[in-house]
Amino acid sequence: MRKALLATALLLVPLAASAAEGEALVDRSWPHEGFFGSYDKAALQRGFQVFEQVCASCHSAKYLAFRHLAGIGLDEAQIAAIAARYTVVDGPDDKGEMFERPARPSDYFPRPFPNEQAARAANNGALPPDLSLIVKAREGHEDYIYSLLVGFEEPPADVEVPSGQYYNRYFPGHLISMPPPLSEGMVEYADGTPATVPQMAEDVTQFLAWLSEPHLETRKAVGLKFMLFVLALTGIFYAYKRRLWAKLH
Amino acid sequence: MSGEFVKAPFKNVVLRWIDDRLPVLSWAYNELVIYPAPRNLNYWWNFGSLAGIMLVVQIVTGIVLVMHYTPHASMAFDSVEGHIMRDVNWGWLLRYLHANGASMFFALVYIHIFRGLYYGSYKAPRELLWMLGVVILVLMMATAFMGYVLPWGNMSYWAATVITNLFSAIPIFGDTIVTWLWGGFTVDNPTLQRFFSLHYLLPFVIFAVVFLHLLALHQFGSNNPLGIDLTAKDKIPFHPYYTVKDMFGLSVFLLVYGFFVFYAPNAFIEPVNFEPANPFRTPAHIVPEWYFLPFYAILRAITFDFLWIVPAKLGGVIAMFASIFVLFFLPWLDTSRVRSARFRPVYKWLFWVLVVDVLVLGYCGANPPEGWYLVAAQIATLYYFVHFLVLMPLVGKLERPLPLPTSLREPVLGAAPRPQPAE
Amino acid sequence: MAQTQDGPEKGAGAVRRDFLELVAWSTLGVGTLVSLWPFVDSLNPSADVLALASTELDLAPIEEGQRVTVKWRGKPVFVDHRTPQEIEAARATPLSELRDPEPDEARVQRPEWLVVIGICTHLGCVPLGNRPGEPRGEWGGWFCPCHGSHYDTSGRIRKGPAPRNLHVPPYTFVDNTLLRIG
Repeated sequence: MRKALLATALLLVPLAASAAEGEALVDRSWPHEGFFGSYDKAALQRGFQVFEQVCASCHSAKYLAFRHLAGIGLDEAQIAAIAARYTVVDGPDDKGEMFERPARPSDYFPRPFPNEQAARAANNGALPPDLSLIVKAREGHEDYIYSLLVGFEEPPADVEVPSGQYYNRYFPGHLISMPPPLSEGMVEYADGTPATVPQMAEDVTQFLAWLSEPHLETRKAVGLKFMLFVLALTGIFYAYKRRLWAKLH
Repeated sequence: MSGEFVKAPFKNVVLRWIDDRLPVLSWAYNELVIYPAPRNLNYWWNFGSLAGIMLVVQIVTGIVLVMHYTPHASMAFDSVEGHIMRDVNWGWLLRYLHANGASMFFALVYIHIFRGLYYGSYKAPRELLWMLGVVILVLMMATAFMGYVLPWGNMSYWAATVITNLFSAIPIFGDTIVTWLWGGFTVDNPTLQRFFSLHYLLPFVIFAVVFLHLLALHQFGSNNPLGIDLTAKDKIPFHPYYTVKDMFGLSVFLLVYGFFVFYAPNAFIEPVNFEPANPFRTPAHIVPEWYFLPFYAILRAITFDFLWIVPAKLGGVIAMFASIFVLFFLPWLDTSRVRSARFRPVYKWLFWVLVVDVLVLGYCGANPPEGWYLVAAQIATLYYFVHFLVLMPLVGKLERPLPLPTSLREPVLGAAPRPQPAE
Repeated sequence: MAQTQDGPEKGAGAVRRDFLELVAWSTLGVGTLVSLWPFVDSLNPSADVLALASTELDLAPIEEGQRVTVKWRGKPVFVDHRTPQEIEAARATPLSELRDPEPDEARVQRPEWLVVIGICTHLGCVPLGNRPGEPRGEWGGWFCPCHGSHYDTSGRIRKGPAPRNLHVPPYTFVDNTLLRIG
């Protein structure tokens, strides 16, 4: 809320997000930031690979349908091929039974666990959050996600890490239930980029940013047109108003 | 109205035929075209019409959003974040226009209110005009609060819980009222559905009260920066002078609104509200939207029982409602005969202290009620009431106002330079 | 100065309808009109509605002469396993007798399977005839009870107020016994 107050006071000054508490996050610049920023499609596609092969084994992304992947620059055939790798439950059929079939582009990305209880049971009681909005749902946004992914380290001598928990420099309270998800070379990028941990963290963060705000590029493009038009309108009405009122004085 | 009713000079036969039988066109002609407005209004007088336009924007975007939104606890969040924001054509735009529009609407209305405070626009004969304005503010607050609940994010849920629990402080009837608000044992689907119903209804009530507000305005005409009663010679027709000036103001406002909608659309939204409602997990810092922060600070400033009979919880609720309620009595609390602060050397300072006081309250409202924040909030709360209940009546009596001009022309004809629009 | 002008000056030349005025109001008007488009376009089907899944149907259990109804995009689709007589009747009809001339060959991919959207082209009722015992109309196809339209065994309009033949949805035979509509 402090942000909002500041925003009203300084109106056109870009908002500086201050990480609420804890360790200062790794402060990175992202290609989709700023007035003219747009997503790096190659990074989004690499990020989807990381999401699919790593994150998705524990985390759901319930608002992601395969057809949405057009937004990261995939064409219809690529999307159909990705969808076909998954099976979804459909039905009931004429006999009243549910059945499995290959996914189609209109289907949503399958969840790793059928419900919250199953997810907790499989994860030591912790619930891996849904990733559909994760970048918008965390203070620090992209920087937080990136920092978290690269922030696993040996605990300081005075910190005791209980079993099933891990030490993360940037997680509030430092003790996180998610094991370090990324390790060097665990993904083989289709475009040949070496899969280092920072590279994967960077790519998947951008993919998750896209997943949180898929219409960012349209929004900024429409915004530019809107602002230019209103700027012209302001100028015209300013001139008109001055001319009109000059006759009064 | 202030002048005589003039029939609109239509040459078109059809329009004249209609207007003879149903004089709405002549009415609009009188109120929006030839309506005599003071010629010396400054840009602070733009905010009323801007707020009116913003009300229309909120109603229009809201009606379209409702076509895609599902008011049910199990589907509301999905319908906003999974459907409107992703799959509905322009859904993201409609949602951002509406969510940021609420903030813009309040910003405009607050400036409009402070303009009224500075220039004494609430004083006779405009008391009812002012009181209708306060009614609009109260209705806006109720509407905005219930609208904030509708996306059913986790801050939505806990805002609903905290605010509805305020009513439990009311002696004897408190729990019954809270149950009526909830429709159950806690905030849940029945709560969401009744909030949805009322969130759709209240804007139209606001619209009706705005109409009365305008009716009352046009009875005596706008106040002006000098605060004196103007003769017809000091007035100019509303159109084109103020229509054009309002459109210029609108363009400038749209730049600000557009900046938020297109480049910082989530600036006013707490990250927690991008997680679905969770009745088992309260967010670490519950903060209302910025436009409620001063009132929230007043609510939390009362941490002590009052005179053994009013418990702290009830005291906070009373103080918060009183902070708005006191505005109804402003026309009589202000004892000065002079309207505009431009001619009131002491009140002018008090006005700016009040502005700072409200900003301090807002700042405290955004922070946890501990330590210096709490002390500052308590002092600011005390001052808020002292301003309205003690200083305004006293200063009105004791202050020696500057000599008032008798017409707009007087300061112009004299040696003194023409008064510049304030600020 | 203020002394020279008072009150409305309509037609007095003080407020000329000049170029700037025209530009200002028309720019505002155009802007307002353009900004209405997102509101109108949001009434069009959203992306998730457009992407609605296609429907699959197992043809194996459907016997000759049997008709079934399946739901596709919220609408009923009639699948008719036609008898040789029905095919013959549809193909023997001269095009000149038809209101909406279309040869039967153009309406089916395999002669024994007729697939049509079960919505009368008049005002959108669902015609009768797809379930055993329902009236099939004078041409042995479908009969719409709302306003009395008769369709033949190719789903073509033969009598009554409907202007067009029953529509054929996009469909493919995935294999010999599996039909995919959409």
